[in-house]
Amino acid sequence: MRLTQGAFSFLPDLTDEQITRQVQYCIDKGWAVNIEFTDDPHPRNTYWELWGHPMFDVPDAAGVMFELNECRKAYKGRHYIRLSAFDATHTWESLRLSFLTDRPTDEPGFVLERQEVEGRSIRYTTRAYAANRPEGARY
Amino acid sequence: MNAIDKTKPTEETRSRYSAGVMEYRKMGYWQPDYEPKDTDIIAVFRITPQDGVDEIEASAAVAGESSTATWTVVWTDRLTACDKYRAKCYRVDPVPNAPGSWFAYIAYDLDLFEPGSIANLSASIIGNVFGFKPLKALRLEDMRLPVAYVKTFDGPATGIVVERERLDKFGRPLLGATVKPKLGLSGRNYGRVVYEALKGGLDFTKDDENINSQPFMHWRDRFLYCMEAVNKAQAGTGEIKGTYLNVTGATMEDMYERAEFAKQLGSSIIMIDLIIGYTAIQSMAKWARRNDMILHLHRAGHSTYTRQKNHGVSFRVITKWMRLAGVDHIHAGTVVGKLEGDPHTTKGYYDLCREDFVPQNLAHGIFFDQDWASTRKLMPVASGGIHAGQMHQLIDLLGEDVVLQFGGGTIGHPMGIQAGAQANRVALEAMILARNEGRDIVHEGPEILKEAARHCMPLKQALEVWKDVTFNYTSTDTPDFVPQATAAE
Repeated sequence: MRLTQGAFSFLPDLTDEQITRQVQYCIDKGWAVNIEFTDDPHPRNTYWELWGHPMFDVPDAAGVMFELNECRKAYKGRHYIRLSAFDATHTWESLRLSFLTDRPTDEPGFVLERQEVEGRSIRYTTRAYAANRPEGARY
Repeated sequence: MNAIDKTKPTEETRSRYSAGVMEYRKMGYWQPDYEPKDTDIIAVFRITPQDGVDEIEASAAVAGESSTATWTVVWTDRLTACDKYRAKCYRVDPVPNAPGSWFAYIAYDLDLFEPGSIANLSASIIGNVFGFKPLKALRLEDMRLPVAYVKTFDGPATGIVVERERLDKFGRPLLGATVKPKLGLSGRNYGRVVYEALKGGLDFTKDDENINSQPFMHWRDRFLYCMEAVNKAQAGTGEIKGTYLNVTGATMEDMYERAEFAKQLGSSIIMIDLIIGYTAIQSMAKWARRNDMILHLHRAGHSTYTRQKNHGVSFRVITKWMRLAGVDHIHAGTVVGKLEGDPHTTKGYYDLCREDFVPQNLAHGIFFDQDWASTRKLMPVASGGIHAGQMHQLIDLLGEDVVLQFGGGTIGHPMGIQAGAQANRVALEAMILARNEGRDIVHEGPEILKEAARHCMPLKQALEVWKDVTFNYTSTDTPDFVPQATAAE
């Protein structure tokens, strides 16, 4: 399967040139770009690991791309990596953009477990096949 | 500022209260020198008096009939601080290019209204006065809601930002579709459509306004099959999905029962129809707030009173009331789709939903500065006759904080529902990517779509099937400060 989290997952994987343009768009808007990675792609896994702090004061996309490449050196192929952009403007104060830049070479996907409970109701649990193994050894 | 003049009654005061019938303008409802207080609620009405009725008297009558007056003088006024409670018409302007009609500005003291109650606000402002005989027609155009009043409401249960955080979706419009055919599918068949659309790439599917609990599909069955579809699509994509389960019912008890069941099944969103009424809407908004539920409002019925310019209530007023009442989604027009929607007027609605401060903008139909004082943002929904080929126009006109709903434009795809959903999602992502790269999407839009279709056969087919579908009719509800009525482009 192909994980479709993030703003651009239905497009072919973005090239570094395309990623750079999106990063520059965020910086021009005054947003802080953040790099995160995980090997637990559950849709409710909110807190991916941070690759350093969100970059509040980088003047252009090159700084972010340098860090992204450092992160890739450590995790590429075995983890998902995403970029997100924080907007500190009052009444927003949250993310404005989030998209995947890298995904593991193989994405086995999720199993949907059903527990039949009272009436005809079912309790659903979504479990990533990869998450059966310990963190760091999943992909 | 709220002090009442306690000086002794003069001869003038005595004659004001002698029994009989008096012109409204002489009873204190016309005060051209009045300066509205920061805490006043202000309404602007479009007034069309009967032939021979003076516009000032007509406007003063509207102020009177929507506040303290009755048709004759009553001495019991004098037991009250009646100067304070009287609504004051302070300005009457001719409507541009519309002889025989006027904009009347009327200020209401805050104490005329129960805090936090749309029922009370609307009973006052649009209660009796719309049937008043000396007027041919009357329309409530806009209201200035003071911060002191705004703060008595909870506002949206969830709001745009928290909705995005819960769904983990940022930087692009959300995509939805209404299940079609809207009537007749069994629960099992209905869930099939939900699954296909969500698996294909949509974020949401939606019950239509009149899907409640009919012989062909009872509500429990629909909820159970829909949640199977949502969970299966979620596991198949690794992405949060949802379906607006319509809990509209005949009684509050029915609606609470349906909402509780939706919650128990793990739905992230429920929906209600505007026709359930303001009190029921506020009750459901409070329920949604208590239960971490996103609350979608379908504006069923609004066009009966919002569409014609001379009589009724403008949708911008309904938008303001609904942001106060606390819904999270509201259908606010598409501009390019099949339903009424002048571009300028629609822009006005979208601003009222999403901005924290909306400045006066007569060309957009916004008569007053409106300060929302951090009230959460209301997600506008564009639905009705839109398709992937319009993606550049939709994003240009409506921005990214909007739910774009392609019902026919998903389910009617020649290769099936998943293909339809995929076409929409690819078109959307390609257009956002291009916009962020600084491309001029309005002009390059068709080219961007064609490029994206190169790696997406379903999009190519969608562009081909719907290439000539447009709904270019002149709008009926347009701002008067724009010289020409505008057709969607």
